[in-house]
Amino acid sequence: MLNLEEYLPILIFLGMALIISVGAMFASFTLASKDSYLEKNSTYECGFEPFSDTRGKFDVKFYLVAILFIIFDLEIIFLFPWSISLLELGSLGFWSMMFFLLVLTIGFIYEWKKGALEWN
Amino acid sequence: MLFEILYIIFKIILIILPLMIFIAYLTYFERRVIGAIQLRKGPNVVGPFGLFQPLADGLKLLTKETVVPTNSNKLIFLFSPILTFTLALVAWAVIPIDYDIVLSNINVGILYVFAISSLGVYGIIMAGWSSNSRYAFLGALRSAAQMISYEVSIGLIIINILLTVGSLNLTEIVLAQKNLWFFIPHFPVFIIFFISTLAETNRAPFDLPEAEAELVAGYNVEYSSLAFGLFFLGEYGNMILMSSLTTILFLGGWYPPFDYDYLYIIPGFFWFFLKVCIILFLFLWIRATLPRYRYDQLMRLGWKVFLPISLLWIVITSSYLYFFEKF
Repeated sequence: MLNLEEYLPILIFLGMALIISVGAMFASFTLASKDSYLEKNSTYECGFEPFSDTRGKFDVKFYLVAILFIIFDLEIIFLFPWSISLLELGSLGFWSMMFFLLVLTIGFIYEWKKGALEWN
Repeated sequence: MLFEILYIIFKIILIILPLMIFIAYLTYFERRVIGAIQLRKGPNVVGPFGLFQPLADGLKLLTKETVVPTNSNKLIFLFSPILTFTLALVAWAVIPIDYDIVLSNINVGILYVFAISSLGVYGIIMAGWSSNSRYAFLGALRSAAQMISYEVSIGLIIINILLTVGSLNLTEIVLAQKNLWFFIPHFPVFIIFFISTLAETNRAPFDLPEAEAELVAGYNVEYSSLAFGLFFLGEYGNMILMSSLTTILFLGGWYPPFDYDYLYIIPGFFWFFLKVCIILFLFLWIRATLPRYRYDQLMRLGWKVFLPISLLWIVITSSYLYFFEKF
C-alpha cells in the first residue's frame, strides 16, 4: 500500500527549499555592487596568470573508486528489502543472502590483492 | 485543499526557520568552542558575547559581489550551490524530532534520507568541474571520492539497524529503542558510523578537500558572496542532519536517557536537541584536537578497515537474529 499523500509535503518542501536558495542567490546578485574586470574574473591560481585549461587528464584512481562504489552501493540496495523481512523469509532467504555476501567478499578480496585499493 | 497546502507550508516554515537559526548559531558555537579550546576568546564584539556575529557575517556575505569566472560554465557554476543547499534542507522533511512531530511520516524514511544525502555529491562535483580551476577541480574529485567511499560503510551500518528493527520508518526505528538504545548492542558500528559521518560531511580530521595548505579551499575556491554562503550553510546543515541521524539510529531519538517517569515531563524534542548538540560538540572538539589525515590513509581506513568490519557485522547481526530469535 503506497500512500502518496505523505509525499505531497516533501514536494512542497522541495519547492520551498529551491525558492529560498534561488532567492538568496538572486538577492545577493542584485543588491551587491558590481565591479568586475578581467583580472578579477580570471581563474584563481594564487596570483599567477592561469596558463592552461583544467579540462585535462586526472588520476584514473578516482574512476576506480567510483566503480567500486557502484558495486557496493548496489549490494546495499539489495540488502535493504532483505533486512526488513529477514524473519519472514526463512532459511532460503537467509542462506541465499549469505551466499551473495560470500561471492561479494571473494570479489572484494580479489580487488584488495590486485591493489585496486592502494593509493600512493 | 488550499487550506491543507497552506497548513503544510506553515509546518515547513516551522522546520526551516529554527533550522536556519540552528545552522547560524552552530557556526558561532564552533568559533567559540574552538576559541576556548585554544585559549582564545573567539567572536565577542558584535552584540552581547558576540551573539549577533552570525547575522553580521550573513549580511556581509549578502552585500558582496558574486564573482563568476570567465572560464567557468556559468549555468552549472550558479546552479551547484543552489542544489547543495536545497538538498541539505529537503532531507529534513522526514526527520522525526519527537513522537508524531514530523512533516511526512513516509514508510521508507531512512531510504529517503540515504538517497538525498547521496545526491549531495553532485553539488560538489558540479561546483568543482564548472569552476574550471585546478584547486576547485582537485578538491571536488577528492571530496567526491571520499564521500562515496564512506557512504558504503554508512549504508552497511544502516542495514544493521534495519535488521534489528524490521522497518524503514524513522519513527518506528526510534520507538524500537525505548528500552535499549542501539549504540549498546551495536557499539563497534556506532563508532564507525560516527567517524564515517565526519568523513561524509568533510569535517576534520577528514577535511582533505579543504586542505588550506594544498588546495586553498577545495571545491568552493571560486565562489564568493551568498553562492559561497549557500555551500557553507549546506555543509553545516549536513552536519546537523548527520548528527540527528546518529541520534535517531543509535541514541534513542527523543527518549530520555533513563526510563524514569519524571524525565518524560521534559518534552521529547528537548532530549533530541540535547543529543544532537552533544554530537555536534564532539564534531567541534575533534576538529580542534586532531591533525588532518593523509589521503591514502583516509582511503585505506574507509575501504580496508570500515568496509570489512561493517560487512562482518551484518553477518553477525543477521545470524544472531536468524538463529536465536527465529521462533
